[in-house]
This record gives sequence, C-alpha cells and structure tokens, in this order.
Amino acid sequence: MNTPKDTGGPSSLRLVLTLAVAGLVSGMAIIGIYESTLPTITANKARELREAVFKVLPGVSQMQALVYRDGELVVVEKPDKDEPVIYGGYDEPGNFVGYAMPAAGPGFQDTIALLYGYKPGEKFVVGMEILESRETPGLGDKIYKDASFVGGFSALSVEPEIVAVKKGTKSQPNEIDAITGATISSKAVVRIINEAHAAWSAQLPAPGTEPQLRATESTGTEATQ
Amino acid sequence: MKKNQSQEEFIKGIWRDNPVFVQVLGMCPMLAVTNSAINAVAMGMATFFVLVGSSFLVSTFRNVIPKQVRISCFIIIIATFVTIADYTLLALVPGVHKELGAFIPLIVANCLILGRQEAFASRYPTKLAVMDAMGMASGFLLALLSLGAVREILGDGALFGVNLFGENFEPWVIMILPPGGFLTLGVILLFFNWFKYKKDEFLEDVAAAERSES
Repeated sequence: MNTPKDTGGPSSLRLVLTLAVAGLVSGMAIIGIYESTLPTITANKARELREAVFKVLPGVSQMQALVYRDGELVVVEKPDKDEPVIYGGYDEPGNFVGYAMPAAGPGFQDTIALLYGYKPGEKFVVGMEILESRETPGLGDKIYKDASFVGGFSALSVEPEIVAVKKGTKSQPNEIDAITGATISSKAVVRIINEAHAAWSAQLPAPGTEPQLRATESTGTEATQ
Repeated sequence: MKKNQSQEEFIKGIWRDNPVFVQVLGMCPMLAVTNSAINAVAMGMATFFVLVGSSFLVSTFRNVIPKQVRISCFIIIIATFVTIADYTLLALVPGVHKELGAFIPLIVANCLILGRQEAFASRYPTKLAVMDAMGMASGFLLALLSLGAVREILGDGALFGVNLFGENFEPWVIMILPPGGFLTLGVILLFFNWFKYKKDEFLEDVAAAERSES
C-alpha cells in the first residue's frame, strides 16, 4: 500500500521478513492460548468422562482405567497414547460393578463415539451414553435425545448380539427398538456396541476375577487385597 | 464531524449494509449454525471477536504491510484470532463448542472478515476500522440471532433452550434441518428487498412532488 508500483515495489527480503514476523507473532500467540487453556480443557474432559462412566453404570461411585497388556487386564494410572482403555466401575465399598467401554464407529454423517456400561456377570449392557456425534439435528440426534431409545440400553442382553428392530416390536432381551426416522443412526449405535463387545469379550477376565479397585493416591490407603 | 463519521460506520453494518441481509456474505456459517439461538449467539460472538481484533491489527499496521503480501498477512492475523476464539470456547463452554464443531475453525474462511480487511480496515484509520468492524459484526450477530430464534421457536418450540409452548407443541422439524435455514433466510431477504423497494418508491414520490412544486 505504501510503496507505489512504479518504483519496483519493496524488496523480496522485506516481503519475506514481513511474513516471517507475522508468522512468528501468530505462533507465539497460539502457543500462549494453547498453554493457558490446556489445563481447563483437560479437566473438563476428565470430568465429562467421569460423569459418563457413572451414568452408564448405575450404582458406581469409583472408577479406574484398565488396559489389556500381556494377556490380562491391568490397572493403569495413565494409559499410553492410542492404547485402548476401558474403565472399571466400583461401588462405595469398592466392589466391582461393571465395565464402562468406550467405542466408536461410523454413523450416518460422521464418527459416533459412545460409552456403554457392561456387566460381565449377567452379560448385559446396562447403559449407553453418546460422547460425540454429528447426526442430523431433529432426526439422528435422537440417539442421545430420545429418552426411550437411550433407556432401552439399561437392560440389554449381548447374547448372541444386540439387534435393532422396528419400533414397538421388541420381544427378546437382546432386541432394542430403533428410532423411527433415524434407523441408520440407531443401527450404527447397535453395530458399534456389538463390534466393541466382540473385540473385547475375549480379553475380559472371567466374571468374579475382575481387577480389584486400586486405592487412589488421594486417600493414601493400601490397595484392598 | 469525526464522531458522526464513526457512528455512521457503526450503524451502516447493522442496517444499510448488513453483511447477511444486504451484502449476502458469510452464508455458510449463517445457514449451518443457526439451528438454535444459543449456537447463533456463540457463533456471532466468536465472529465479532475475530473481526474486531483483525480489523484493529490490520488497520494499525496498514502502512507496514507491503501490498504484495497483504492477503497472506490478513489470513495469518485472522487465523490467529480464530484459534484463540476456538480454544477459549473449548475451555469455557465445551457444550457449545461441541455443537458448533467445525464451524469455529471455518471462521477463517468467512468472506465477510477478509472482505472487511481488504475493503475497509486496510484503507482507513484504526478508529474508523474498529467502528466498521463492530458494526458489521453486530449486524452479523443480529442476523444470526434472528434466524436462530425463528428456527428454534418453530423447529423446537423453545428459545435459548427454554420451552415456550408446553407439551402439545408439534415441532416443525424441517426448520432446524438445513432446508429450514434456506426457508427462513429467503423470507427475511424477501422482507429486506420489499422494504428497499418501498423506500425507493417513496423517495421517488417525494422527488416527483418536489419537482412539480417548483
């Protein structure tokens, strides 16, 4: 703007320098905002996860992260990046209640990420919570807004596998009523849970031998047994 | 005189040159996120922040930035503000951030913002540029809000999540789906054009009356 064209314009060095300085300042600003918001964002995510785990496993008040390593489920403080994690839910005295299993898969528009509660003793799904989805507002988003669909996951047998049936035709314990107008989204949720169950079922220990609750460092008590 | 001019720059963005209803800019976020009033407000606020911040910097440094690289510089400045807005929303209101999703980063590509830098901020003093940006951004916010409010009321029977009509309301689902955005926008644009037509007609009548008097 300040340099008229007829003088040949500013040197290339000046152009490069301007962009470099702009990029540098911009980079610093972005690092600054990233660093200052990261603790809040991580805390929000951890709180959301805790709330979701407690929601899909009724009666649970304590949880710990579990990963599958060397043929068994082990308790970890901080799972490695990209390592599949499930969460063990325990009641107030520390008895095992069930697993909260994160799962994800393609939905109607984008990946649906969800968490479902699973009781290995009864082989029942006892709760389901959608963590992330971009399903159509008003139709596909009923997979988390429709209380009767979400409620359908509160007692659902996984034997032999979950089947979504037309609304009002549920007759078996492993069947769930699909949402009218959102059949693809409903079936996607069911498929995601079935696939996750198939992937994990061989890795879960026999009922009754689940990992014990390890005492949190905040209470400082010894791990029970 | 000076004060009047900055007032003028502010007002024009809200009504006469409203970015959405008159210039028809920024249609992508306009149609995508106005399915509820709260999303519309969050999007409007984020755009407000980005537009005012960018206009301030672009106008302040307008004599330093060589014109050959001005667009790249504008984009760097805009993208920085967008990233700041993105992380701030993620930290403060994760729920809203989840709803807006990809459309926050896409503010970078909103032609309204780059358009104001090129057409106004890079040519005028800082104070006028900021007033212009605030006017345009408020106009954008109001436009988003009016669309979002209409669509949420008709499509969900609620405003800002507060139920208005009780149990028996049958939501007009199409209004919160993409077609609802086009329908609502079309009706509002119709009103704006009708208003402009009537105003021109009126001004012509006045001019004709003045001519016949003289």
